[in-house]
Amino acid sequence: MPYIPHTDTDRREMLATIGAHSIDELFREIPENLRVAPGSLDLPPALDEHRLMAHLREISKKNVNLADVTCFLGAGIYDRYIPATVGAVISRGEFLTAYTPYQPEASQGYLQAIYEFQTMVAELYGMDLANASMYDGATSMAEAAIMSTHIKRLEKVAVSAAVHPHYRQVLETYCWSMGIDIVVLPAETGATNDYSAADGVSSVIVQYPNFFGTIEDLAEARRAADEKGALLIVVADPVACALLKPPGAFGADIVVGEGQPMGVAMGLGGPMVGLFCCKKEFIRQIPGRIVGRTKEAHGDKPGYVMTLRTREQDIRREKATSNICTNEALMALAATVYMIALGKNGMQQVATSSVRNTQYAIQKLTAAGAKLHFSGKVFDEFVLELPKDPVEVRDALLKHGILAGLPLGDYYGELKNCLLVAVTELRTKAEIDKFACALGEVLA
Amino acid sequence: MSRNFGFRTKRMPEPELIFDQSNPGRIGCNVPVADTPEVDLTAVLGETREELHLPEIGELEMLRHFTNLSHINYGIETGFYPLGSCTMKYNPKINEKTAGLLGFAHLHPMQPVATIPGALDILIGVQEMLIAITGFDEITLQPLAGAHGEMTCLMLIKAYHESRGEGKQRHCVLVPDSAHGTNPASAARCGYDVKPIPTTAEGNTDLEALAAVLDDSVAALMLTNPSTLGLFEPNIEKICEMVHAAGGQVFCDGANMNAMVGTTRPGDHGFDCMHLNLHKTFSTPHGGGGPGCGAIGLKSHLEPFLPAPVIRRSGDKVIADYDRSSTIGRVSGFYGQFLMEVRAYTYLRAYGKEKIADISRHAVLNANYVRARLKDVLPPAHDRPCMHECILTAEKYKKENGIRALDISKRLIDYGFHPPTNYFPLIVPECLMIEPTETETKETLDEFCDAMIEICREAIETPDLLHNAPSTQIVGRLDETAAVKNLDVRWWPSP
Repeated sequence: MPYIPHTDTDRREMLATIGAHSIDELFREIPENLRVAPGSLDLPPALDEHRLMAHLREISKKNVNLADVTCFLGAGIYDRYIPATVGAVISRGEFLTAYTPYQPEASQGYLQAIYEFQTMVAELYGMDLANASMYDGATSMAEAAIMSTHIKRLEKVAVSAAVHPHYRQVLETYCWSMGIDIVVLPAETGATNDYSAADGVSSVIVQYPNFFGTIEDLAEARRAADEKGALLIVVADPVACALLKPPGAFGADIVVGEGQPMGVAMGLGGPMVGLFCCKKEFIRQIPGRIVGRTKEAHGDKPGYVMTLRTREQDIRREKATSNICTNEALMALAATVYMIALGKNGMQQVATSSVRNTQYAIQKLTAAGAKLHFSGKVFDEFVLELPKDPVEVRDALLKHGILAGLPLGDYYGELKNCLLVAVTELRTKAEIDKFACALGEVLA
Repeated sequence: MSRNFGFRTKRMPEPELIFDQSNPGRIGCNVPVADTPEVDLTAVLGETREELHLPEIGELEMLRHFTNLSHINYGIETGFYPLGSCTMKYNPKINEKTAGLLGFAHLHPMQPVATIPGALDILIGVQEMLIAITGFDEITLQPLAGAHGEMTCLMLIKAYHESRGEGKQRHCVLVPDSAHGTNPASAARCGYDVKPIPTTAEGNTDLEALAAVLDDSVAALMLTNPSTLGLFEPNIEKICEMVHAAGGQVFCDGANMNAMVGTTRPGDHGFDCMHLNLHKTFSTPHGGGGPGCGAIGLKSHLEPFLPAPVIRRSGDKVIADYDRSSTIGRVSGFYGQFLMEVRAYTYLRAYGKEKIADISRHAVLNANYVRARLKDVLPPAHDRPCMHECILTAEKYKKENGIRALDISKRLIDYGFHPPTNYFPLIVPECLMIEPTETETKETLDEFCDAMIEICREAIETPDLLHNAPSTQIVGRLDETAAVKNLDVRWWPSP
């Protein structure tokens, strides 16, 4: 049988040592009426490895995958190049199949890699420190909001309407269950333009670049948060931060984000890796795991451990800073390899190429009959206003092998004529030209 | 002695931080470059950043860095992990292969649903197989980890009580003193007050104590079954009846599902909802602490409140249903840990109807075997057959030899094994919690038990060997107090 190595002799000898006659006897504490007979569940039949692979390959072929179409869809998850080295490292069994490094002496490899991860995430965001990662960008933002209510002791947060709608939905769910109020700050111009409703809030949350691709004015956000006595939480794209002035340089208190663009497969949105940074003074309120450097108890060698453990659920129970137990270590490792492989020059190259492609796409697509809906500065994503229903346009372009972007009508009623388009470093001039040409045809 | 002779690290060079290996101008990736016209970055973006201190390393040097780090890290493929409550079973390689298929790995979560029918087939496939295994009416795969699943279950319960006008009044969640720390933490995260329930000397839930606190302030009881003592709760049906009679709901912590797969179904026990850890029971890799993968199961009365989208059948199609007026909303960004669901699907189909019960049967066999082999040196906390894990106590070595459970664990590392879980559950003194899982051979269990017996002898005869363990690793025991006192959580560039 698959993955279970026992022979009949093993079973016999083991039962003899235990002093039981059968495996069934070991289950005698389960009331008989609650037991089901082996083999009686309503499950499909077992498949051998060859048929299993063939079966899964068949199912996978039913999907339109982004190797077969040209992707201009972003909205928080980006089609970026993943170096071959990422897969090589994260598929090593010593990493892939390791448990949480609660036994530091036997886990120095992972602990050091996470220390390097924390360093580079903090560096990209321009912050004092980062934790060992969170589930995803959306839950990372919700945790940041809750952390701000612990610090400020005000059960209310303000979030910009230009923050990713899914992130705001997760925030709403978390806040509902904890009795925290949310005010939404308007962003009709494509950027947060009015902070006046943020009274009595623990934090003000903006995104950088925001959901529409606009580069928010973080100096203004910081001023507004200060005026309201609130913390400033920024949801930031780490790749954009390789080029843009980082949120930390504007005085952000907490910076979170989605680490997927740094070496993690899109994978229909999971597993992702949430990034979480804060100022040094808030470290004891931070959710999730943190790795620290220390030395041997009876020696001088340096080593790494999970630290500040008394914040965590297995020790503090209901008084923990969060109920979070796992981090996304494997995806954090992928991001670590990515940040090192590309390094300073590579990440700036990726960011610069994305900016060039985006500027070229804006020029071509607006020449093809679409209009740029907002006027703010953008990094690698922008909102196009179309003279036709964007859902129809997207579906028509898919027939040309182009995934054109995200129609915004489902998220913003007033933007029902709009399409959110992202252009990463992977797109070529020829692909952008083809998109513009096909768009011209569809709009004609 | 374990046979994983590869895990010998004394001769390894000292691992250097990657930042200390940086040499300006090097790069570890052949990065794609745009062929579109160049732009003036300041004109387009406004202010750009001045410095970016990321390492500059060649590709081969970088790979050596990680390969060397991997050599000082223990994984299931290195050796045995008797880690109680964690179910460290083999992660089949075929799962990695199927999850890597482009038609799964290269999907954008916001591409049109009409273009991902295969992905929906996987999601509904996992849901339906988990329904058959757990006996619940519905499954959602949106939670991203076990604790996230617990929290989602409590949110469903909260929404249920609110829908009946009892939201405010039911502010209390009952949690046994043997529970995982995530249980009370998840309850607090949902705004609940937590009340502990004691465990009897036999290791069962104290029914009298439970009856005494059951009133109309109780929203739910969170129960782990089998308990964290590795024991099946024989009164489970009665407990569920008692809580229901008081108007409360019963949540099952599914960390120990491996004891039950194919043998008994929590949905039949009377539970209203439960969380599952697909990274424990259904073989998705732990990855060094995540990604977790936390499905939840629930009875139909909680169905209206499910997080959207709900993946369900509609005629002969599978749909992502967003039209949910009573939903609690979203608990994560997209569809959950999709690529982990592909792995779980692959695993479940490898076992299938015929073989699925073999999982729990051999997990329980292995645990009872370890328990029987060690009972003379490390007595079990309870004189009953265990389920998938056995809880032993090292109390006598503490009293007589000044040796703690932690010392035994650290010494195991010198023998080439990962330590078991220590000091949990909190109610067993000097606790060692051992969960062998079904994927270990009798030979491995024998080697492990031989090592444990030898260590217990050392505890009496040469206790310093244990106090000073481990001595075979790249570092000795680390100073965790100093780590908190002199916090150093990142490298800084020299000014």
